[in-house]
This record gives sequence, structure tokens and C-alpha cells, in this order.
Amino acid sequence: MTKSKSAYSTPSKLGKIDTHIIVVWVDNEASVLSRVVGLFSGRGYNIESLAVAEVDQKNNLSRITIVTTGTPQVIEQIVLQLKKLVPVHKVGNFKRDDKKVIFKEMALLKIVANHGKIKKALNACKKYNPVILDQTNKSAVIQITALRREIDKVTKNLKPFGLVSASRTGAVAMTRGAEVFN
Amino acid sequence: MPKLFSGAEIVFKCLEDQKVEHIFGYPGGAVLPIYDELKNHPSIKHILVRHEQGAGHAAEGYARSTGKPGVVLVTSGPGATNVVTALTDAYMDSVPLVCISGQVPTHLIGTDAFQECDTTGITRPCTKHNWLVKNINDLPRIMHEAFEVATTGRPGPVLVDIPKDIQFAKAKYFKPKKKIKLKEKSLNIFKQSDIDQLVDLMKKASRPVFYTGGGVINSGPKASELLRELVSITGFPITSTLQGLGAYPGDDNQFLGMLGMHGTYEANNVMHDCDLLINIGARFDDRITGKIDEFSPKSKKVHIDIDPSSINKIVKVDLSIVGDVSDVIRSTTKTLKKKNLNLEKSNKQKISKWWQQIQKWRTKQSLNFVNSDKIIKPQHAVQRLYELTKNQDTYITTEVGQHQMWAAQHYKFNKPNRWMTSGGLGTMGYGLPAAVGVQVAHPEKLVVDIAGEASILMNIQEMSTAVQYNLPVKIFILNNQYMGMVRQWQELLHEKNYSESYSKALPDFVKLAEAYGCVGIRAEDPDELDEKIEEMINTDGPVIFDCHVDQDENCFPMIPSGKPHNQMLLGPKDQEENKITGKGKALV
Repeated sequence: MTKSKSAYSTPSKLGKIDTHIIVVWVDNEASVLSRVVGLFSGRGYNIESLAVAEVDQKNNLSRITIVTTGTPQVIEQIVLQLKKLVPVHKVGNFKRDDKKVIFKEMALLKIVANHGKIKKALNACKKYNPVILDQTNKSAVIQITALRREIDKVTKNLKPFGLVSASRTGAVAMTRGAEVFN
Repeated sequence: MPKLFSGAEIVFKCLEDQKVEHIFGYPGGAVLPIYDELKNHPSIKHILVRHEQGAGHAAEGYARSTGKPGVVLVTSGPGATNVVTALTDAYMDSVPLVCISGQVPTHLIGTDAFQECDTTGITRPCTKHNWLVKNINDLPRIMHEAFEVATTGRPGPVLVDIPKDIQFAKAKYFKPKKKIKLKEKSLNIFKQSDIDQLVDLMKKASRPVFYTGGGVINSGPKASELLRELVSITGFPITSTLQGLGAYPGDDNQFLGMLGMHGTYEANNVMHDCDLLINIGARFDDRITGKIDEFSPKSKKVHIDIDPSSINKIVKVDLSIVGDVSDVIRSTTKTLKKKNLNLEKSNKQKISKWWQQIQKWRTKQSLNFVNSDKIIKPQHAVQRLYELTKNQDTYITTEVGQHQMWAAQHYKFNKPNRWMTSGGLGTMGYGLPAAVGVQVAHPEKLVVDIAGEASILMNIQEMSTAVQYNLPVKIFILNNQYMGMVRQWQELLHEKNYSESYSKALPDFVKLAEAYGCVGIRAEDPDELDEKIEEMINTDGPVIFDCHVDQDENCFPMIPSGKPHNQMLLGPKDQEENKITGKGKALV
């Protein structure tokens, strides 16, 4: 214990930190994202990645997918605090290693290299549904979909093959089977 | 063709439909159309404050003493930023406020126009919700929704930002017929099985305690009645947070006094040693719990709260009951009576040992202080104020600091909604404007702001408001020339280095009162105190009472830094034996 003279208590032991995917259905209205993100920053929660888009034009609903980390207590707070926001309809909470849920991120990778290297690059991503979106004599843009860590690995591996730029989305999630989250 | 109304008219039509009688505000360029409309609505009285922060706190005082939402009207830019402190205060203490702010015309938003600021952006973290009205057709819905959000579930402040062109634009007015949407945000989601579990725990407990908070007050006067019945039939001891004072009679034998950092010895020891802790409408604030790891280590914990996010936020509980306090208590009492007709007797026997222990703690008389016949002790001043005002229905507001704690310790409240203090945010300068708001709501009642000389100067300009509207608020200043609580911490933690906590150039408060056109009274001698307090009470109109008190007095008892509830620091005597260790310093 240092000789800090703060007016507040010292933190107690931290619990185990887990990664969770929080899915939030919100009214697609001005500043709704800022409310959600402001809640996270204001209360000191983490955001590892964020994906948001309108999913229901008729009912004007957007779906926000947030990857976050925290102790079980913090995760519970995140869900409960989100539910209090006026434009929030429902909140889903999935553990990162939940087998019943599919998580995917997408990346666009630009390779600037000769034909041979581009081929090798493509080969290196073959496990992750590579699609060539654009190709010239000396460049290619490859789209892959995979998990966060896999994309981390691929981008690292592609460096020698001429990867010059990577653009990535946040994770999106969907439950397996016929079940729908309510 | 239905009639079209201007935005400004719609604002007032909504206020009328919401049965608003008073609004607190300050005009400016971007709200002028709304101010122009004011004259056409005689049922709504506007109170002109002297600073927008004052408007916010006045509305808080109004809301907390009536249970109705307080309404604030301010202009754009500085008007809105000045009200931010009051909004944050209301957010922390769950006070329903509806703040209407003017904004620059829509086409100028984002251009750094004169008196423009991102009001909804700035107030987003300190309101339950806010709206920027971009389309006049949304205005009626938003206005009504604003009242709905402010008052539903756990109450709190909301803000509606209305650009000037929207105030001029015309639209149809309608009153939404049904309450939509918010239903799911605030429901009594408790089940009978929860209540059964609670009753079961209550039956088994031999060292129980009720720990009640502001939620009981917010649930309405009925909740206080129900709480009294529940406490009476169970025979359990009860302690209250700062915000909960008044929900249960302060002079009742089952009441242990306030708990927490400056709570009584018996209340804190009960919290530490109990085997069943029933939290009703309180939130385990850090000023209450002390060291979390050693907080009430032997107890089963029950938490009753309307806000699901309050549960398990700080203290993990064994049983959570999400619902309105009134409804939960009503069901509990009903179930208790049904299951055990002979409850009163059987329970009292079971917990008689517990009461014996409590009596032992009580003999410490932790609120005692060494009185003096030469100098006025601040605790004595509050006690005398209580004795001389308890025969009438008195409303007390406070500023923040030592005087606030002394008021909480020594003024006994018997009814809810009589005690208005800034607990969560701890806003110095709260008490005077809050008193103004209380007095507006209760013109015939005695309203006293127990203040410190440092705090009062933070919103002293509101004396002018009090004088303008003949609001006979009494400002009772415990003047020790120090920011007393800061000085106390510096004494205990920083080797008496009283860095910047002494006010060298204080005004002459009697002359200041006279300058504002009201009465100033000064008391310096304990012998003249009673007589002067009587004089204050009997004065028609606002009074500033400058009570010169002992400069060195500290607020005890106190849970010293880094210690759990059962290791309190009592008076100056006890202190010698219980020096705060280096480790504890961080925890005050």
C-alpha cells in the first residue's frame, strides 16, 4: 500500500476477467451510439471492438455488437446499465467461448507485391474464406472472415508477402440453430 | 383543420397538462420565444433565479419536498452549462427534474454560433435521457416523454433542448394517450416467492437490521407509513442513510440513527455484527460501507431496489427484490401477518439479546460532544435549532460539509420530504437555492438552510431571489471560518497542513443580509443563542443567521480510514487510543 492520501477506498481484489460479446438492439436515432459508448467510457468499461448497423428499416432498429472484457460483476453491470437507456430494446450477453454462438469479423487486406507473392498471400488465408475483390498486376485486395485472433495471425503472416494495409470490422454474433435470442 | 400552435405554446400546453405550477429559470436569447409565451399561462408561475445552477437546485428542493418533478427553464450555451452541476446532483440523488433549454436555431447548430454549445452532448452523462428537438412535430411527444422518464422507476433529471426556430415553428398539439415504451424500463419485477424468501430469512434471523435509504422517500409518503408498520411488527432495529432520514421517526426507540462514515456507533456496529441486513431503497454508497472487504461480514444480505442495476453493483447480495419500495413492503407485511399471527411477540423474544447488545453500544453516546459556556459548539447550535423548531412542521436543507453531518446527526426528522441535502454529488451551494424551491412549494412552512460560511457563498446570489418573491427562508450559518470538513481531513491525514481551507476575507453576513434587503442576526455567545434563534424564527421574511462557532470542532463519530464499521473513532478522548495508521490514510 502506497502512502496515497486519496479520499476513497483502495480497490479490492479483482475477479477473473472474461471476454464477452454484448449485443444491443436500439432505436436507430441520433446520438444513440454515443449514449451506448458514453456509458462504457463513463463507467470505465472496456470496448475491444464495436460493430453497428441498422438491421430493421421498418421498425428503425439498429444492432450494436460490442466485445468487452470484465469481471462477472462488471459484465452484469454493463448489461443492466445498458437496459436502463431509453432507446435500448434488449441486450444479449454471450461469453466469448460460448459454443452456441457464432462470432465473425471481416478484414480487407491490401497486398502490393508481384504475382507470386500475392498467390502465396492468398494461400495463407485459405482457411478464412478469402475473396479477391480487386486485382492488378502488382496488387490485390483480399476479403477474409474469421475470428479476431485468426485475423491477427494472418495479418502478421502476410507482412512478408506485401501486406500494406488492413481494414477490419468489429465482431458480429449470431446464435446457432433455430433459436432466436429474446 | 386542427389548430396549429407554436413550439413555445406547445411547451406550455405540455406543462399545463402535466399540472406544473412553478418553473425555475433565467431568460436569454435562445429561449425568448418561450419567455414571451409565459404571460398567456397564468397557472404557471415562473421564479426568476440569479444563476442557472440556483434554478436547478431550487427545482430539486421543490421536487424533493413535494414528490413532484421540478421544472427548469434556461437559455443555450452558458445557461445550459451552468445547470450541469444541478443536473448531476439530481442524477446522483435520484431527483426528478425536467430541464428545458433553448438552443441556437437549427441551421446554426454546429457552427459555433453565439451562445451555442453541444447541450445534449454535455448533459448526456448527467441525465436519464435527453432530447434535441429537430422537428416541431416531435415536440409534444418529447415533452410528455420527458416527464414520463423523469418520474418513472428510479427518478432522475432529463433535458429537452429546443432550438429557437422550433420554438417559433407551428404544429398540432396532442397529448399521448397511452404510455408506451418505458413500461419495460421500470417494473415491479419481484415475485411472491421473493417475498416468501425474505419472510423466511426474517423469521430465522436473530440479529437483523433494516438499512433504509432515499428510495423509501422517493416511493412516496405511503412507503414511509408502510415502513413504520413493518418495523413495528417485526421489532427489528432500523438505521438510515443520509438521504433516507425522515422515512422513519428520528426519535423512535427502534431507530439507531444514521449509519456510515459519520453515523452513530450503534448503527455501524449493528451493520457489522448483524446476521440479516435488509437494504430498502439504499445503494451501498462508499460513504456507507467503509471497507468493502469487511463490510457486514456475517450477514445474509437482502436488497430491495427499483433499479436493477443497483443490485450487486457494490455488494453482492443473497436475495434481490426489484420493485417499488411501497409495493415490496406492502407484500412483505401482508405475508408476514399471514404466516405468523403472533409475530410481534415471538420475534421480540428471539431478538431480545440483540437489543441488549444494541443498548450496550448506545451507552457510548457517540453523538456526545464537550459543550462550552464560552463559545458556541456547532452541535449545540443544531440541537437548539431542533428543540426550538420541532413543534412546527419544519423543512431543512443543507449545504455540504461538517454542518451537513451535524445537521444529519442532531436534527431529528419525523416525516419524509422534510430533509433536502446533496448526498451523492456533495454540492456546496445546494442549500440556499434548494430552500428557495422548498419555500416556493410550501409558502407557509418554516424552511431553514443549515449552512456553512464557505458553502453559502457559492450560491449566495439566490438571497436576491428569496427577497424578490418574499420567500422567508432562514439561512442558519455555522460559521467557523474554515472549510470545516476539508480542515478536519487535513488535521487527521495531512499533519495539520491547512492548505487553503481558511477563508481570510469573509463578508460581514449581517451587513450582507441588509444589502440584500433582508434581516441579519449574529450570535457569538452560547447564552444568547436561544433568544436569537427565536428571533430568527419570528422574523417575517428571509434571514441570514451568522452563528459563530468553535473553529476547531471536528465531526465525530467517524469511521476512520481503512477500518470497518466496528472500529469507529469516537470523540477527542477516544482518538488518542486509536491513531490512524499510514495504511488507512487513503481510505477516508
